Amino acid sequence: MNALDSLLHGFGTALTPLNLLWAALGVLLGTAIGVLPGIGPAMAVALLLPVTYGLDPVAAFIMFAGIYYGAMFGGSTTSILLNTPGESAAVVAAMEGNPMAKAGRGAQALAAAAIGHFAGGLIGTILLVALAPAVADLAVDIGAPDYFALMVLAFIAVTSVLGSSRVRGLASLLIGLAIGLVGLDQMTGQQRLTFGFLQLADGVDVVIVAVGLFAIGEALWVAAHLRRGAAEPIPVGRPWLGREDVRRTWKAWLRGPFIGFPFGAIPAGGAEIPTFLSYVMEKRLSKHPREWGKGAIEGVAGPESAASASAAGTLVSMLTLGLPTTAVAAVMLAAFQQYGIQPGPLLFEREPDLVWGLIASLFVGMVLLLALNLPLAPLWARLLRIPRPYLYAGILFFAAVGAYAVGGEVVDLVILLVIGLVGFGMRRYGLPVLPAVIGVILGPAAEQQLRRALQISDGSVTGLVDTPFSITVYAVIALLLTWPLLGRLVRRNR
Amino acid sequence: MSLRTQEPSAGRRSWLRDHSELGVCGLLLALGVLVLTDALTMDVDLTQRGPVGPRTVPLAVGGGLLVIAVLLAVDVLRGGRGRAEGGEDVDLTEPADWRTVTLLAGIFLGAAVLIEPAGFPVAGALLFWGAAFALGSRRLDRDPLIAAVLSLVTYGVFDQLLGVPLPGGPLMGVL
Repeated sequence: MNALDSLLHGFGTALTPLNLLWAALGVLLGTAIGVLPGIGPAMAVALLLPVTYGLDPVAAFIMFAGIYYGAMFGGSTTSILLNTPGESAAVVAAMEGNPMAKAGRGAQALAAAAIGHFAGGLIGTILLVALAPAVADLAVDIGAPDYFALMVLAFIAVTSVLGSSRVRGLASLLIGLAIGLVGLDQMTGQQRLTFGFLQLADGVDVVIVAVGLFAIGEALWVAAHLRRGAAEPIPVGRPWLGREDVRRTWKAWLRGPFIGFPFGAIPAGGAEIPTFLSYVMEKRLSKHPREWGKGAIEGVAGPESAASASAAGTLVSMLTLGLPTTAVAAVMLAAFQQYGIQPGPLLFEREPDLVWGLIASLFVGMVLLLALNLPLAPLWARLLRIPRPYLYAGILFFAAVGAYAVGGEVVDLVILLVIGLVGFGMRRYGLPVLPAVIGVILGPAAEQQLRRALQISDGSVTGLVDTPFSITVYAVIALLLTWPLLGRLVRRNR
Repeated sequence: MSLRTQEPSAGRRSWLRDHSELGVCGLLLALGVLVLTDALTMDVDLTQRGPVGPRTVPLAVGGGLLVIAVLLAVDVLRGGRGRAEGGEDVDLTEPADWRTVTLLAGIFLGAAVLIEPAGFPVAGALLFWGAAFALGSRRLDRDPLIAAVLSLVTYGVFDQLLGVPLPGGPLMGVL
């Protein structure tokens, strides 16, 4: 079956009334979360992980993907109207979007952003359809050593590409790996780091770690530094674009995805870098260089289109290789684990309904998002007025619900608070949170693959590098590790 | 504090405040020692299967934690600082408000203790109201009402719709 047939089949799954409902709920929640300050898509998906206990996987992932895409749409609204971007993906949108809003062109900025997200998401998802099965085919017979190499790549990438300090990234990763060790050893049943507590024998649930680090840690951190007298959003009318605006933006919309998509697929920090690159490129190509910094509409259109396309790129790596390149992908991977599904090359063979239903629902979600965001933007902007005490009290409330729902144990709530305090300390001292979460999610799986690979090779370390695939991955890792050194050499020679 | 004349310990205290990140190194070190002792005291003779037993990875992680603790300490002493995270509602120019954080943690623990005897609707409502109060909301007419409705609706959605059981407590027994 080729990709197009599969996709059509996927639309059959996505367009059932119930799944349409989940997609609509996902994009509604996602947009709200993107607009709301303080909640990012990763925290939102983490808080919603408990619904995986009551929903079937197709419905849950359709909703999660809706949240991811919706948060991209909503995030730019905050940037443009308030000039305080919450998601790192939306930082660039504030640079031209906010001056536009101040000059009374907020409606046009919102329209350029929304259509940019639509175009980027659409092109990105088409690229996903075209590329994902090919990548899955290439990687279809990878074994334990290859999986282990991929996970090492995820660890190295997340600690050395993201963030400003490698030491702090590694510290965070090791904290995550240590939490991941708690419980019975999967192969021998040996107790590790349980200190004799029966409740710890099952390990610390990934839901609790994700909710603790993303939600409780964030809420406590904001509580300690809550801005008194929040900034007032700039009032705005219904988004629309004049003919001149369209003439200036359509090329930017089309260029953005080709920067965003590849950056989303590699572990390089999601949308942060491509939105910035797109901004720089549009500035160079612009016929109105004087307007930049004062509200050039191309500077909103291009980066926003790149941001949404990078979300599609992220899904390629996550679905075909099981490699999470952003925080949202990491939490979605945790959701896959909750269902006992292993994302990776075999996912397309084993769970075609799930994968293609999910991809088709992305197209559905995009249309819904455009319909929701263009006419209703002023309504969404009113969410910015929510009293902050309610917002953060609500986050704590839903975090407690989620952690308790895991197993109905009070001790889970205490563990949640402890992990939340760890998350608080990590924010205070600049330890990135993402490596810890990836360590908890991938650590146990990586250990299993390592031991399996060494079992096959009878203890010989060469068993880890005996496939072309694993050698390629280790070459990429070596490149990542030596990159700063190479960069320094190049600069010195210049 | 700054008005006080310079005591001999003041320099030391401000040095400690500037280098509070060394506490992170201490915690990493402690965690590393913990992981290593646990791995070394593990009884593996009977359970070893395959060339890599249950001890190898904990030993590597524990050792890694020790190394990273030392590297981070070196970085801090050389003047490296982790940058505190910003955000939409975060104002880093003000000093940290420890009272609110302690209060929130206490309220959260209180709700955790109450959830089984008093039931989720009551504990959840108290958690929301208490947290909103700690964060500075003083609308006594509105806050408890929002808390009660949110808690009851959530209870209904999880317990009835999603099939995730939450304790109803005596209140749900009466209703």
